[in-house]
Amino acid sequence: MRSKRYLALFLLFSGLSLLIAACSSLLPTLWGEDESATLKNLWIGSLPPLSADPSNQYADNLDAAAFGQKLFFDTRFSSNSKVACATCHLPDKQFQDGTPLANGVGTTNRRTMTILGTAYSPWLFWDGRKDSQWAQALGPMESAVEHGGNRTLYAHLIAEFYADKYTALFGPLPDLSGLPNSAGPVADSEAAANWEAMSPQEKEVVTRIYVNIGKSIAAYERRLNPGASRFDQYVEAILNNDPEAGDILTQDEIAGLKLFIGEANCINCHNGPLFTNNDFHNTGVPTAKYLPDDVGRSLGAQQVLADEFNCLSVYSDAQPDECAELNFLVTDEHQQERQYKPPSLRNVAQRGPFMHAGQFATLEEVLNHYNTAPQAPAGHSELEPLNLTEKQIAQIIAFLKTLDGPIDADPRWLTAPQ
Amino acid sequence: MPSATPLSKTTRILIWIAVILGGLTIVYALSMSTMMSRLGNAPSDLDYSTTQESDNGLYRVSYMTSTETIPVNQMHEWTLHVENADGAPVEDATITVDGDMPQHGHGLPTSPRVTEYLGNGDYRVEGLKFQMGGWWLMDFTITANGQTDAVHFNMLLK
Repeated sequence: MRSKRYLALFLLFSGLSLLIAACSSLLPTLWGEDESATLKNLWIGSLPPLSADPSNQYADNLDAAAFGQKLFFDTRFSSNSKVACATCHLPDKQFQDGTPLANGVGTTNRRTMTILGTAYSPWLFWDGRKDSQWAQALGPMESAVEHGGNRTLYAHLIAEFYADKYTALFGPLPDLSGLPNSAGPVADSEAAANWEAMSPQEKEVVTRIYVNIGKSIAAYERRLNPGASRFDQYVEAILNNDPEAGDILTQDEIAGLKLFIGEANCINCHNGPLFTNNDFHNTGVPTAKYLPDDVGRSLGAQQVLADEFNCLSVYSDAQPDECAELNFLVTDEHQQERQYKPPSLRNVAQRGPFMHAGQFATLEEVLNHYNTAPQAPAGHSELEPLNLTEKQIAQIIAFLKTLDGPIDADPRWLTAPQ
Repeated sequence: MPSATPLSKTTRILIWIAVILGGLTIVYALSMSTMMSRLGNAPSDLDYSTTQESDNGLYRVSYMTSTETIPVNQMHEWTLHVENADGAPVEDATITVDGDMPQHGHGLPTSPRVTEYLGNGDYRVEGLKFQMGGWWLMDFTITANGQTDAVHFNMLLK
């Protein structure tokens, strides 16, 4: 009898261990058809080649990109000769700065966004107040707290240091000798008054140079995109039915991925190969201390419509019917209150602090926010409480770390040019 | 009464294997059902037909998309075909377009609109974009000959 009982116990244990072994070997096939399709959509292999930017005829011009790279790193293009685009968009920090608010000649009210992959974005900035990379690049250059400069200052700098390069790309520089050193539609009252005193023709000539600066910087930034991560290797293995897929991610990372595309609803906004739907959402993110009211997209939508550099503007190279995003823009102040753009999650673990004003220092804080779904400080939050366990939150964070990957760009673009 | 013949060792092992396989099936079925419930969070009785009658039966409306399936996150257009109850094409209607995700409390990421009347009751709708998978509801309000009626289409995007 005793030996029979032992035999039964032995069989029970072997049965259980077989069951466990069978389950874990089944894991790669545990992705159903729909889930596999979702994984494929998130895979970097699904990122299409960049389509042309009809608003910027220099977007794919290599010389313009090289010129733009020089401007991107040139600190002379600022009021104190200390601030360049690269001051806040640091190549060794995923082209962002790792601080809650950006520090140029002053401090902004928003978190610096990464440049990587923005060529794919129909809207730029957290509130989408710009609709192209070149229009975006021109914003900080005239901001009193970022570059702090103005249009004639920049035009004079081009004439002084880059006349040959500029002329080769855009044709002869106009005569700027009679123009003030500082003039532009900026907050600085002296520069603004000088700008008002200029003739429409003078303003036009200077603004053309300014626009070409933006289009060159965009031609450079367009070449900076995220590369494949460990997550992408995993999806590729899953799609190829590679039996070693399970070795690429840990069980916790896979569990986190399953939550990400399932129960945790992350996929609703962080979808597609760049993990963003490029739309705007109110997720009840708290206000940032000591900052003025921030209404997000409800103002951004108005601003992009009125922007002198938008796709429909005289400075854009696009035909009006090529400006679909602007032509079918949503402007609904009430619905758009405190909506912000979901940033790409590629390399997100390298990019704290998080949210539009760096409100959360860690991914744990971010996930706890989504888990508890507090009321929005204004407008209406789309979140519902998730009731995830601490372990599940840790699994999602483990998964997010698998999105770390290199920058997909020629190394020449990743350092200051000589 | 003679007791039942003791099972042979082989039979017992076979029973265990059957039990294990049964267990595996249950685990698999459970995981599949969790997955299905996630995908199926829209009401199960929704009508996804691309032809619908308007609320008060004035119009019969169908749509065709410029892409094979309705894409997520890609601007595309629809052709809306409007007929009256007798099957005659409705000309020169004024049509407004709206849509939302009933379970998410947000609307469309764009403002699509009718941009052209193509003739034969066909209307071009441009600027359509859906920014996530799931249950979407599109609403068209149609006014022709002084009579207004609304038609709705459910869609389950993947």
